[in-house]
This record gives sequence, C-alpha cells and structure tokens, in this order.
Amino acid sequence: MSNFFGYQIHNDRQINFDNNDLYIIKYVDSLEPTLKTCISCGTCTATCTATQFTNFNLRKLITMLRRGENNIKEEINKCMLCGKCSLVCPRGVNTRNVILAIKKTINYFNL
Amino acid sequence: MKKTIIIIGAGIAGMEAATFLGSMEHNVILLEKDQEPGGHLKNWQKLFPTLRYGKEILSFLQEGIKIAKVDLKCNAIINNITKNNNTFIVNYSHQQQEINIEADAILVTTGYDTFDATKKEEYGYGIYDNVITSADLEKIFTTGKPIITAKGDPPKKIGFVHCVGSRDEKVGHVYCSKVCCVTGVKQAIEIKELLPQCDVFCFYMDMRMYGMHFEAMYKKAQEEYGVTFIRGRVSEACENIDGSILIKVEDTLAARPLKMSVDLLVLLIGFVPSEGSKMVGNMLGLQTGVNGFYKTADQHALTNISNVPGVFFAGACTSPKTITNTITDARAAASTIARYLENNPIFQRKLT
Amino acid sequence: MKEEGKRKIWREYQKEIADDKYYYARSCIRQTFFPGSEAAFINILKKELNKDIFDSAQHTTCTGIAYHADVVPFETTMTVIARQFALMTEAGYENYVPSCITSFGLYTEVLETWKEFPEVEAKVREHLFKATKREFKKPANLAHASDVIFKHRHEITAKAKYKLINVKTGKPLRGVEHIGCHYAKMFPHKGVGGAEYPYVLAGMIQEWGGEVIDYPERRHCCGFGFRQYLVKANRGYSIACSKKKFEAMEPYKPDFILTNCPGCPMFFDRWQYAISEMEGKTYGENGQGIPVLTYEELAGLVLGYDPWILGLQVHQTPVEPLLDKMGIDYNPNAKFLGPNNEYLNKPIAPNFLKFY
Repeated sequence: MSNFFGYQIHNDRQINFDNNDLYIIKYVDSLEPTLKTCISCGTCTATCTATQFTNFNLRKLITMLRRGENNIKEEINKCMLCGKCSLVCPRGVNTRNVILAIKKTINYFNL
Repeated sequence: MKKTIIIIGAGIAGMEAATFLGSMEHNVILLEKDQEPGGHLKNWQKLFPTLRYGKEILSFLQEGIKIAKVDLKCNAIINNITKNNNTFIVNYSHQQQEINIEADAILVTTGYDTFDATKKEEYGYGIYDNVITSADLEKIFTTGKPIITAKGDPPKKIGFVHCVGSRDEKVGHVYCSKVCCVTGVKQAIEIKELLPQCDVFCFYMDMRMYGMHFEAMYKKAQEEYGVTFIRGRVSEACENIDGSILIKVEDTLAARPLKMSVDLLVLLIGFVPSEGSKMVGNMLGLQTGVNGFYKTADQHALTNISNVPGVFFAGACTSPKTITNTITDARAAASTIARYLENNPIFQRKLT
Repeated sequence: MKEEGKRKIWREYQKEIADDKYYYARSCIRQTFFPGSEAAFINILKKELNKDIFDSAQHTTCTGIAYHADVVPFETTMTVIARQFALMTEAGYENYVPSCITSFGLYTEVLETWKEFPEVEAKVREHLFKATKREFKKPANLAHASDVIFKHRHEITAKAKYKLINVKTGKPLRGVEHIGCHYAKMFPHKGVGGAEYPYVLAGMIQEWGGEVIDYPERRHCCGFGFRQYLVKANRGYSIACSKKKFEAMEPYKPDFILTNCPGCPMFFDRWQYAISEMEGKTYGENGQGIPVLTYEELAGLVLGYDPWILGLQVHQTPVEPLLDKMGIDYNPNAKFLGPNNEYLNKPIAPNFLKFY
C-alpha cells in the first residue's frame, strides 16, 4: 500500500466469518472429537506452563481456529506437551491430544 | 367446608391449581379470556430438556380439571372485582351475559406476555424479513411446515441471539427471563434434526444451564449436532443485498469483532409482565415488584401470597418460571389457599 | 424489507422543528469544503420558501472541533455557546439552526446539561456577563439545518424542476443516506427517526423521487472523529472507516451519497480520491466514483440551481454522472470559470478517478 500521503489505510481487524475457511478445525475435530465440547472456559490456559512465560494461550488458539483464523503454525510449537491442561478440563476434552492433532493437521495440509 | 374459589387465567398454573383445589371438594371457577385453556403451553411444540411434546402436558392438565370437576369458562372477560368483608364479588361477561360470583378466595394466574421484539430496533424485527423470534420459530415447528427463508429457500446458516428483551437496561427489563438460554439450545437441536446441513450459531452473554439435564443438553448440542456457541452480544443486524442478515458481534473470547451472514436470525425473546396481570392488579390493588411482576409476601417462603388477604398467586405472573416450576407452584398455591380457607394456624406464620 | 416496520419506528421519533424565523449559525469548515452549500441554504429559505432567516456577522465557532479534540474544556465551550445564544436573543430570534451537525450535537448536549444541572447554567450566565456583559435566553427550538429542509421538503417538491429519477431509464435514483454521528447517536429523540433508522435524509430522498438504500455498514461512522483526524499519522484509521463503508455499499450500485454533516461529505468525497491513488480502487461505474452531496446541494439541484453556483466543481469525486442521470441542464465548459467568466485553471487530473 502506498504511503505517499503520510499514512496508510489500516487493516480491518474484524473477523469476516463468511470468508474464513474452517478446514483446519474440521480436520482437528475429526482427529479428536472431544474438542467439539470445548466451552472456552480457560481452565487449560490458567494451568498451562507455557502461558506463564510466553503469550501462548490454548483457549484463544482453539477459539481462533474455530473462527477460521488459521495462523497457528508458530504458536503451537510453544506447547511443552506437559499435559497439565488435560488434567483440569471440566468438559473432558483430551487437550493434550488436541495439540498433537493440530501438529498432525499442520503436516497434513503442508502449512 | 366447601368454599368458592375463582381462578383468573387458565394457563398451566391456573389449570393445575384448579385441579388440586377441586380435588379437595371446593367449588372452583376457572376463568379464561381466550377460547381455549392452556395459555402459552399451546404454542410450544416440544419442551426442554427432554424434547417431549407440550400437548402431552396440556392433556394431563386438562384431564385434571375434568376429574376435579372444575367449572372452566372460556371467553370470559372480567369487568371488575369488589371486596366485600371476607369475600370478593367478581363481575365478568361470558356468553353475552354478565355474571356476579361471590368468592372466598381468588387465585391470580395471569401469566406473562412475550417481549415485543420490535423494541430492539437494532435487530430489525418487523423490518428485515429474515429476522424472527423464538416464538415465531416454535410456531413453525407446531405447524410442521418447512423452515425456509423469506424467499422460500432452506437456510444454510441460522443464528440465535440470546437475551433479547432481558438483562437489558435499554428496554427497561433488567432481569433474566430464565428459560430463553435453554430454549435456544433446544431449538438449535431441533433445527439440526430437521435440517442436518444447516449450520447453527448461538450468540450468548452467559449460558444459563441451571436445570437438571440442561448442561447435558448443551454438551449434546456441541458434540452430536455441531452447534457453535459464540460468546458475544449481537450489536446490530443488517440486511445483505441477497436478503440474508449480517450480524455484528464481538467474539469476546477471541477479543476481536466478528461479522457473519446468516440466512435466518432467531431472537430469543424474554418474558414480560402480562397485560392481563396489569389489568387484574389494578382491579385488586396488587403490588408489583421492581421488575413489574407481582410482589409476593416473601421471596423464600410466601411466594403464593399477595398483599391483599384472600388473593393468591401462582405461575409466571410473579416471575419467569419453567413449566416444571409452574406446576409445582400451582400445587403449592392450592395447598396454601386450602389452609387459608380453613383458618389453619400454619397459615398464621409471619416473616419479616 | 418491510417499509412499514421502519415507518413505525419513525413515528416514535418525531421532533419539533420550527416553521419560520430562523437564526442561522454557520459552520467553521463547511464553507471551505463546500463553498456553495450555506449560500444555497439561505437562498432556498429566503427566495423559494419566503422564510425569515438571519445570520449574524458576529458569531464565532461553537468550539465543537476544539472540544472534541480535548483542546478546549467544557466550561469554555458552554460560555462560547452562551454567547451564540446571546447574539440570537439580541437579534430577536428564538429558533436556533446550526449548519454543522457536530454543532447541533454540542448545542443539544449543552442544553441537556443545563436542564439536568441548573446550577451549571447559572454559572455560565455569570461567566458570560463578566466576560462580555451579554445576557441570553435559551432557544425555544433547536433544529439542525437538515431538519429544516426536511420539514419543508413538500414545499420544495412543489417548486422542483428536477426529480431524483434517471431520465434515461425512468427508474428512481438510488441513494445512500449517511447522517452525522452527532445528529442522533447521543440523543436519539433529538433526531428525526431516531438513531437506528434515521429519517431526516431518507425522507428527503423519498420525497424527491429517489430510493433509499439500506446496506450493512449504514450505521458505521465515516471516521472523522476529530482527535485522531487532526494528526496526519492517524488518518489511516479514519480512511479505513470510510473504506469499510464504500466496500459495503458498492454491490448496491448507489447513484449518490447524501449526508448532513460538514465532515462526512468531505470524507466521502476526498477519501474516494485518496483510496484510488493509494490502492487504485474506485467505486461506482467506470472509475467514476460515487458522487457525494450535502442536503443543500441536493435540494438546490432539485430546485434547478446551476451546479457551478452550488459549488459542485470543487468536489473531488465528479458529480457529472449524477447531473447527467437527473437530466440537469448545465454547461460543462463553465466548470472552471470564475464569477466574471475568467478562467480559474483546472486542477491536475487524478490517476484513477475519472475527471471531467
């Protein structure tokens, strides 16, 4: 975008759900169906080791995937696979397997 | 000793209270302004959380008033009520006649009205063709007609908006209407059963799944039917060029604004105090609480008792209730009235 | 769409608009952007409608821009506004008509503040007297200039020379209406039609034969604000707001945009040029952009005023496509001639937006 007026047109932050492709979350759901019952309560993020020291946020990452905002490739590597999240999820989502499923999905689609 | 009790409103509460009072051998006259009893129950096809048919409950209630020999008068309009020492003279019109009945007690079961969704101007109900209420949707379910957009096509995406007319300072109803969240989940599941290819989205502030089996229903909606729940209150609805509805919401859990087109937008409307309640309240001098529903003598232990001796309440006229709670409340009212009529000492208990 | 549903809401938001004897308060910046508009308003009211309209040579800015940019505190603003009212009172008028929509919003805000806090009003009276020895009466009626044109729209139709109809196809012209944020968003009951479905401009378009477009970003702000726009580096935010609206209205193929604020038409008119230079994108047919008009310009065109007297030649987005669609008789060669027919020089043509 040209800057010759001294400013640039800001990008739209609004999630345009109509234009987003849900192919990533659909594949992850197929690998780990318990993920469908996630209610974004944040208990996983509260206990997460990585969240204490980086901006990794599992609740937010899954919410974003569900909206079709798919740039998670770098983020997912911050998880240490310690498994604390799975211990506390009230819905019984196998969150540790969700992380592994996301990694498999990234490979599957060559992201 | 046999007494005369007049019950105003033959909805769920009126019918069940009439049944129980009639079964105690009292003379019960049940007045209803519509041509049929049942109130709003007639408008619900399937009930949460079991998805059983509402008409089964209606038949159950109707059987009750038959067995208890309740005198049901439909198309009855109350003109006025006057107090006469310990009794009430109720003057009503029925079948072109004006009738006066002296009652030893009155039970008010005037129920609720649904919120008029045109008051939420930003959602465009009554303006945009594809915006309907949960009551409209339930009516479509009862008729068995296919669910279609205004142009006649099957919808591919349906959105539900929670808290329409409830928890809202702007429309003057700040309370929670209790039953709309679970109704939204119920209708979402019903839509997925009828239209498996349709994506369903629910836009909520909180998911109030307080009742037994409600949480399981919520989980089932996600797990088996793939309903997507987005936490965020819809701020405005507009019409796209093809007639579909564009909604704007903040995806609070993603901390970003979101916009989405849906083919049908369903507004989950709340309960408001009914016009019937206002009219009867004026005739009898009944106090209302801060939210406009009738004020009960005590919120914990005297929920069937009004500020006028001899006048009692049951059902949604005192606060939004589920059908289960309404039936329980009606039977409690019957028992309370019976104790009142025999001057039983347990009725003398007071609370400050 | 059910028009009846909108009418029901419009009926809930009616407002008192005075019939005659207007005290007109001009806008600070309007005459720079749209030089012919205020003159057109005064001419329409005086000559076509035979109304009594007065504007004082002594009036100042209402300080709206400065107040909204946090440069002037509210107390100062109230005192300046009190002086404006004093001028109105001294001239013998009681119906106040501001030309700028932000002014209107600010006057409404000040009057509501004084209504709720009479002690503040008393203090302002004291300040004004100490500073200028002036005293004032509050206006009996406060209405924006677009409200006044709205009120007299039927009389304008009676004298109309042109209608908002495409002379080639016979179909009504389709217009996007955009009200200034300060018109009804703060006090919905002070705007004709309220805040969700405002009717002041829609009513004019419908009355003069056109069709109003409702599109998803109709309620969105154009991005003017004040505080961010005044700093050049922040204008990316402002232009992005207008761009969002253009993107949303494009599929509806509007023939024009109608506004009632000084800032909004400036934005819609100039940003189409800026966006075309920055991204190569134009809206409207064949790179023509979507013509932007103020309500006085539209009323003037409908009444048959010459487009160049109305000041349409300074619009960056060309208005000629609309003039041709309406079948208006104008002289394209007179576009860049001054009052004495001297040639004033043509501006440099933009790279993407069509230029006549």
